[in-house]
Amino acid sequence: MKLSLKNIHLPLRRFPLDLDAELEGQVIAIFGPNGSGKTSLLDLIAGLRKPRSAFIQLDGLVLLDTQGARSLSPQQRGIGYVPQDGALFPHLSVLGNLTYGSKRANGSSIFSVEHVADVLEISHLLNCGVGTISGGEKQRVALARALLSQPRLLLLDEPLASLDENLKTKGLDLLRRVRAEYSIPMLYVSHSPEEITAICDQMIFLEYGKLVRRGHPRDLFTARNMPVFGLK
Amino acid sequence: MEHDNWQIIYFTLGVSILSTALILPGGVFLAWLLARPRWMGKSLVETLVALPLVLPPVATGLILLKLFGRRGILGSFLEKNLGIDIVFTWRAVVIALGVMSFPLLVRTSRVAFEEVNPRLEEIARTLGAGETRIFFTVALPLAARGIIAGTLLAFARALGEFGATIMVAGNIPGKTSTIALSIYQYVQLSQDSAAFKLLGVSVLMAFAAVWISEFVLRKRSASR
Repeated sequence: MKLSLKNIHLPLRRFPLDLDAELEGQVIAIFGPNGSGKTSLLDLIAGLRKPRSAFIQLDGLVLLDTQGARSLSPQQRGIGYVPQDGALFPHLSVLGNLTYGSKRANGSSIFSVEHVADVLEISHLLNCGVGTISGGEKQRVALARALLSQPRLLLLDEPLASLDENLKTKGLDLLRRVRAEYSIPMLYVSHSPEEITAICDQMIFLEYGKLVRRGHPRDLFTARNMPVFGLK
Repeated sequence: MEHDNWQIIYFTLGVSILSTALILPGGVFLAWLLARPRWMGKSLVETLVALPLVLPPVATGLILLKLFGRRGILGSFLEKNLGIDIVFTWRAVVIALGVMSFPLLVRTSRVAFEEVNPRLEEIARTLGAGETRIFFTVALPLAARGIIAGTLLAFARALGEFGATIMVAGNIPGKTSTIALSIYQYVQLSQDSAAFKLLGVSVLMAFAAVWISEFVLRKRSASR
């Protein structure tokens, strides 16, 4: 994936998000302290926030160019978003959530409901109400729902943050499997160096809305002056 | 109960149901619009919608009378083009009830729409859903209980409407007499027992509507 984020200026509550970066990689981590603008950046890429200025291009497709007055709607961008709390539709069953944005796919396709549910181990939950499933299951359903829309980019906002250690390990295994099987590029917001080093090949470090460091996670986390959040 | 009273009860129920049904689509859509973030003219619309709640009902009735009278803007238009008379007919009753109960429907439904997590609509957009689909598949079902409660409140308000109705529709027995108007007339004629019978019916119907509305709202907050 090649993601250009140029001339980004999005006013936030305490400071603006100011970015200028060319990102390249299959799974890119966005790391930084709480309130550094990570979720706002995902929202911006998904088309859910309007910046003062921005040029966003994904693999040659211009998603937003405020100077050229070009802006694809969230519906046109083809970006799958897994927000922090999953944001499942509470009035729909798990199956209803999965099929909400799914494109037609035949039974043998890797994008069929059966296959995606099988990969994310939620086949047994299809007829359950979303109020009856656990936090980890909700995250998996949210990821499956995003996958079924056959996105060109997946945005994952701290997908494993609310899980205990055992479930985190399982969640990481599932994410690796998704990464291997679907080859959909991902932007992965996390506070956890373990998660990031486990599945990300590139990383940017945001602080107060600015990109302060970038590189390979292993290199960055072993650097002496790298602040680390969420480590026990 | 006398035949006349049954006729009054059926008529009141009929016009209340009809007026509530007529304001429902527009009221729900307006409530959804008002629950959206800022747009031009929003506060003006908000104030206009709330007016019938705070104006004396007879004042609202007078406005309706001037609008729908034969020389009024709407009244003359309807009479010339469609041959429809409004004032002092059952249609005037329906309009008066609708106008007076509209704010209750809109305010209750608006709160229900505002309680829907905006993140859900945003995620629906990323999944390819357009605004119409989001309205019908996310906002409306999640706000449904509040809308039902608002509808019942509007219906209860319509059942008891007096001031605006008497101004624009008069109190014509067998034609525009509702329960509220008839109670007033019976008392004026010292027919207290007839008035009390209608009072009992009125209390029962209003109690049922408000009680069901409260029940629906309670169930909503319990399910959160």
